[in-house]
Amino acid sequence: MVGTYLGMPAFPEAARDAVRDERLRSNLTHATHTIRDKRAKAVAELPDWGRLRAAGAAIKDRTLRHLDHYLERLEESVTAAGGQVHWAADAREANRIVTRLVRETGEEEVVKVKSMATQEIGLNAALTAAGIRANETDLAELIVQLGDDLPSHILVPAIHRNRGEIRDIFAERMADWGRPAPEGLTDSPRDLAEAARLHLRQKFLNAKVGVSGANFMVAETGTMVVVESEGNGRMCLTLPETLISVVGIEKVVPTWRDLEVFLQLLPRSSTAERMNPYTSMWTGTTEGDGPRTFHLVLLDNGRTDTLADTVGRQALRCIRCSACLNVCPVYERAGGHAYGSAYPGPIGAILTPQLRGVASELDASLPYASSLCGACYEVCPVAIDIPEALVHLRERVVEGGEVTVRGTRTTVRPARGHAAERAAMRASRWALDHPGVLRAGQRVAGRARRLAPRRLPGPGRAWTDTRDIPALPAESFRDWWRRTREKPTRESGNGTKGAGR
Amino acid sequence: MRVALFVTCVNDTLYPRTGRAVVSLLERLGVEVEFPVEQSCCGQAQFNSGYRHETEPLVRRFARAFDGFDHIVAPSGSCAAMVRDNYPRIGAKARAEGRGSELADAAASVVPRTHELTEFLVDVLGVTDVGAYYPHSVTYHPTCHGLRMLGLGDRPTRLLRAVKGLELVDLPGAEECCGFGGTFAVKNSAVSSAMGADKARHITSTGAAAVCTVDNSCQMHIGGTLSRLGSPVRPVHIAEILASTEEEQW
Repeated sequence: MVGTYLGMPAFPEAARDAVRDERLRSNLTHATHTIRDKRAKAVAELPDWGRLRAAGAAIKDRTLRHLDHYLERLEESVTAAGGQVHWAADAREANRIVTRLVRETGEEEVVKVKSMATQEIGLNAALTAAGIRANETDLAELIVQLGDDLPSHILVPAIHRNRGEIRDIFAERMADWGRPAPEGLTDSPRDLAEAARLHLRQKFLNAKVGVSGANFMVAETGTMVVVESEGNGRMCLTLPETLISVVGIEKVVPTWRDLEVFLQLLPRSSTAERMNPYTSMWTGTTEGDGPRTFHLVLLDNGRTDTLADTVGRQALRCIRCSACLNVCPVYERAGGHAYGSAYPGPIGAILTPQLRGVASELDASLPYASSLCGACYEVCPVAIDIPEALVHLRERVVEGGEVTVRGTRTTVRPARGHAAERAAMRASRWALDHPGVLRAGQRVAGRARRLAPRRLPGPGRAWTDTRDIPALPAESFRDWWRRTREKPTRESGNGTKGAGR
Repeated sequence: MRVALFVTCVNDTLYPRTGRAVVSLLERLGVEVEFPVEQSCCGQAQFNSGYRHETEPLVRRFARAFDGFDHIVAPSGSCAAMVRDNYPRIGAKARAEGRGSELADAAASVVPRTHELTEFLVDVLGVTDVGAYYPHSVTYHPTCHGLRMLGLGDRPTRLLRAVKGLELVDLPGAEECCGFGGTFAVKNSAVSSAMGADKARHITSTGAAAVCTVDNSCQMHIGGTLSRLGSPVRPVHIAEILASTEEEQW
């Protein structure tokens, strides 16, 4: 698997392979359960968590409702503070802008702060194609990059790797990218962190250009906020001469004060920390301190279209905390790669089909990558009702309907491959809307119940490969009721205990 | 007080015992329960698979069948949640599509009257000790829609703890989904089966004689997995436990 999600199979197929990979499953179960338990404790400490969560959702909703206003306000503030603002309609345009900006510096190497937006647009591949080396400096992103791998988690991109695998990747690949791993590297966390520290230190000290995203952008002041835990972000944001930040337009908040809410919600939800370790904030450029040049690339890439959907737009509240991934029983077993995008897990299952559409088989399969158990909604710090959005997007897949593509209302046709299911749903609905038909069917089934095979053919096999089917009863409830309760002389309540059994 | 049983299509067709247990239990508690035969299905399978328009006739049928009843009691967390959470959404979407308020009105009329069985017992009848006797060890799996959509909380376990002879055993990882998820069980059968196997392992590890839920659709998946894996634990619906008495074992 080398650096692209293109051409990946639909979710069920990819998930089937992942389920069989026992090492992957044990890595994921261990990691997700550890972090989910810690999150639950950290959240339980705050008596006003429910109100913080409601406030977070309300601030995001209000900002999204007036997004045009706040983005223009942001552009003014950033420009006034000495930054330059660029607008990118899609991934291609964003990559073109960043590539041009790096080229203008004359540099052939950049250091990167962990950023979902740049993963989403495939910036590293675009820079590589232009002869520019992008060095990831977040520990987990470094592991992924050295391993020619793809991130499988929003917060912990190398969650699918264990210590032994990381040791091997460092020992074999660090030399290709810079300072080699020390001789005799062990798989102790301390040794691994030290190897990464030494390798990255060289990158930080040589860096002339830094590339980042941002967790929040404050419209009133033009301030960017990056929240991280390792200090690598602080290095990348302060040491280079030029800083380029690629940020999704939904990351804007109106005022500095709004950060009060999100800087409580985010750390507890993501890393289960009471306070975030490294919170870097900068406003344009400052004489004699930090980067001389600051570029902000505002990324749309499907966000405005998503905003046009009254149910789906709640996905834009997301602050990328990963709490939904860590509690998701499907993610735990399928792993992040099966979602075929930079955004795995429940949030990816509603974000990707909106940002990319549902035309590909993979994207159309994502809304079904859930048992609708609702654990994601319960932990979401901005109350995104992920199950509601999943069902809404399933409707888009099977029924088609109106969507917005690049700002224009368009009618999409139902996705292919659902004809048999559609026929079955129609037939079952028809039978259920005609209780006489339902009753007749139940009677036939009741009579033929001894003929029911242990293993079903066709689509039913997906059930009977791992589960027995229930024994059919001789008599439906409705027939029992008619037989015992609807006689000419109706029996009264107390006298009928167990009647007809 | 007119009380109607919404037995649900799964119970009607596959688990009529559960429906009969509800009737027996409610009658023992002095409630005269009626079964409007016009009822069929809440439409959850259609709706959750994306076929909202196919669901609409079933919403109308549900409202029609249960018109005039003070309470609608369903021995299923997910079917009750379908009515309470999703009927209003179906109504709102139809209105937004310019098709009037008929479906929204239908939803509004049934939502406040629809209760999952344990809600009806605890909240409407105000009982937790229903006078049941069930001399077995039981572990309780809180099904997702009951737990997270309806917010049943400790109602089911309060009822179970009051059952004479019943030993309630804690289930490890109780709040994790069993992996059923309706069509998910077939569309993503590998993940669903893996979730089911883990749930079955936890259930078997309790050493209980039975696993109890408020939802027979989840139970079909859990029971089917337990039986395929050769586990001795029996799946049982909470209504069947609560209907059991010393005179009459279900």
